[in-house]
Amino acid sequence: MIAFVLQRLLQSIAVLFAVGLIAFSMFRFAGDPVNQIVGVDTPYAERVAIRKDLGLDDPVAVQFLRYAGNVVRGEFGTSYQFRQPVSALLAERMPATLELALCATIFALTVGILMGVYCALRRETWLAKVFLAISLVGISLPTFLIGILLIFLFSVTLGWLPSFGRGDTVRLGWWTTGFLTASGLRALILPSVTLGLFQMTLIMRLVRAEMLEVLRTDYIRFARARGLTTRSIHLGHALKNTLVPVITIAGLQLGSVIAFSIITETVFQWPGMGLLFVQAVQNVDIPIMAAYLLLVAAIFVVINLVVDVLYTIVDPRLRLSTGRSA
Amino acid sequence: MKASTQDILPAPKRSALARFRDSDLYASFRRSKLAMGAFAVTLLFFLLAVAAPWISPQNPYDPAQLELMNSSLPPLWYADGVSPFALGTDDQGRDVLSAVFYGLRLSLVVGLLGVVVSGFLGILLGLVAGYFGGVIDTLIMRVADVQLTFPAILIALVVDGVAKAALGSQMDANAAIGLIVLSIGLSFWVQYARTVRSSVLVEKNKDYVQAGRLIGLSSPVIMVRHVLPNVLGPVFVIATINLALAIITEATLSFLGTGLPDSMPSLGTLIRTGNRFLFSGEWWIVAFPGLALAGLVLAINLLGDWLRDALNPRLQ
Repeated sequence: MIAFVLQRLLQSIAVLFAVGLIAFSMFRFAGDPVNQIVGVDTPYAERVAIRKDLGLDDPVAVQFLRYAGNVVRGEFGTSYQFRQPVSALLAERMPATLELALCATIFALTVGILMGVYCALRRETWLAKVFLAISLVGISLPTFLIGILLIFLFSVTLGWLPSFGRGDTVRLGWWTTGFLTASGLRALILPSVTLGLFQMTLIMRLVRAEMLEVLRTDYIRFARARGLTTRSIHLGHALKNTLVPVITIAGLQLGSVIAFSIITETVFQWPGMGLLFVQAVQNVDIPIMAAYLLLVAAIFVVINLVVDVLYTIVDPRLRLSTGRSA
Repeated sequence: MKASTQDILPAPKRSALARFRDSDLYASFRRSKLAMGAFAVTLLFFLLAVAAPWISPQNPYDPAQLELMNSSLPPLWYADGVSPFALGTDDQGRDVLSAVFYGLRLSLVVGLLGVVVSGFLGILLGLVAGYFGGVIDTLIMRVADVQLTFPAILIALVVDGVAKAALGSQMDANAAIGLIVLSIGLSFWVQYARTVRSSVLVEKNKDYVQAGRLIGLSSPVIMVRHVLPNVLGPVFVIATINLALAIITEATLSFLGTGLPDSMPSLGTLIRTGNRFLFSGEWWIVAFPGLALAGLVLAINLLGDWLRDALNPRLQ
């Protein structure tokens, strides 16, 4: 068990190292950083001094180690566009993205599971077929198109919900939250649905397929023979067993929710990390791009690690087989 | 030997259509109304894209043809709609219908090229990894693993951003197309590589590969001429579904403002520029490109779904 966790930990560190190398090399590919800092009329001697100050004359390996050391301490450099430390910019934007991702995941899980269970239990009803059709559209349509459609429906035509921004936020220490004001909550609805729709369709199809599979097994037949109510069989026995893979997928998808928030945040002008990243790409702000890349990689790696370890704890068979092979 | 192959070859060629008609694939296609519908819609979009220069009332790339007099006209079925602008015009007097036709053309070209590049890269790396194994295999598959931890759209954005930084902002539209194709190719190769590799691992232990080695064929010949045709089935399925994904990726990049420029709009660029007019009531500028994109992607996806089921031996 410990050997397995250690092995996975080493792999995760290797992945982060590789991504760090990519992030570092982005700085080298993308032109001369000195040009990003100085003006056109800066004299040559001053440029050389800045070059030396930034340590750009050192060997590449030394520069990489210094970069890695800074990253470990949470220093990602200074943004070219904002002239502020990237870490401060990211910290300022992070609450918005995390709250959006949380709401999107909750939406995807509750609605996805409910629709999935309904589609599995009432397979032949027209409503189940409508749900399936919606799920196909949800998988096919690009996220930004869904966002625009929702804005057109609920903001432009009906005027019910705001089409951009976070509404009023409350500051709790360094964290800003939209959960505590009515306008903040209203502003969360459309972006959360847009971001969560893809995950929702995925979860719905998964729950449906798993439920149909489980309902065919012997222990469900046995539960029926024992005369348990349909309700307790479906929800107490069948659903419980479908939830393990669902939670795994939902956990693994959490990383893509954060990455896909790039698109949702652009559509709704949501002041999160994704919007910051898109602006960075448009303006070739390499420090922000590199930091965001590393951050997303770290989130993905941690999630994968946690899911893997949880799996071995939950499923004893996995523990045995890896124990033997290790 | 050579002469006899040439004698035999023309015969199956002539009957290729007939063979296709007798195949299970065609029978399954004829049975599925959804597949036939999706195919018809996809074909229609392809035809519109190919015929765009001849059927469009206006060339949307030619600034000389745009007249500000004609700007922001509603579609024809409104009282103040003006012929020939069937679906209205945007703020610069660009005909929406023509822009959609040309946008379709660009989206499909970028999508197809993206699929070709990612497919080529993935098949090549998958073949090499599976056939040679060892260190090469480990190396390629580790890179694939690392890349899988990122969503494709993020990789495409980063490739696009870095290349723009390296090339400078003075890029013409053709360079932008090449760049976007490259970033799509680099984002989607992993799935091909994994599929091809796992099929090759099975195939390479079969007798025909051993026989090929025995008669002294070189590794590249065995890989490309003999192993590759046997692993192509799943690759076609991936390619179809990836065409939809590549089109979505291009549209998303263009929507985010890092894809194709406004002077040469793809469907995504049209949606981005049209999005601004949603609140001023000029819904047609964004709605029709959006509808075209949604229809195209949905049809290709349905076709891919059907192809996956039809080629899956377990479901037959």
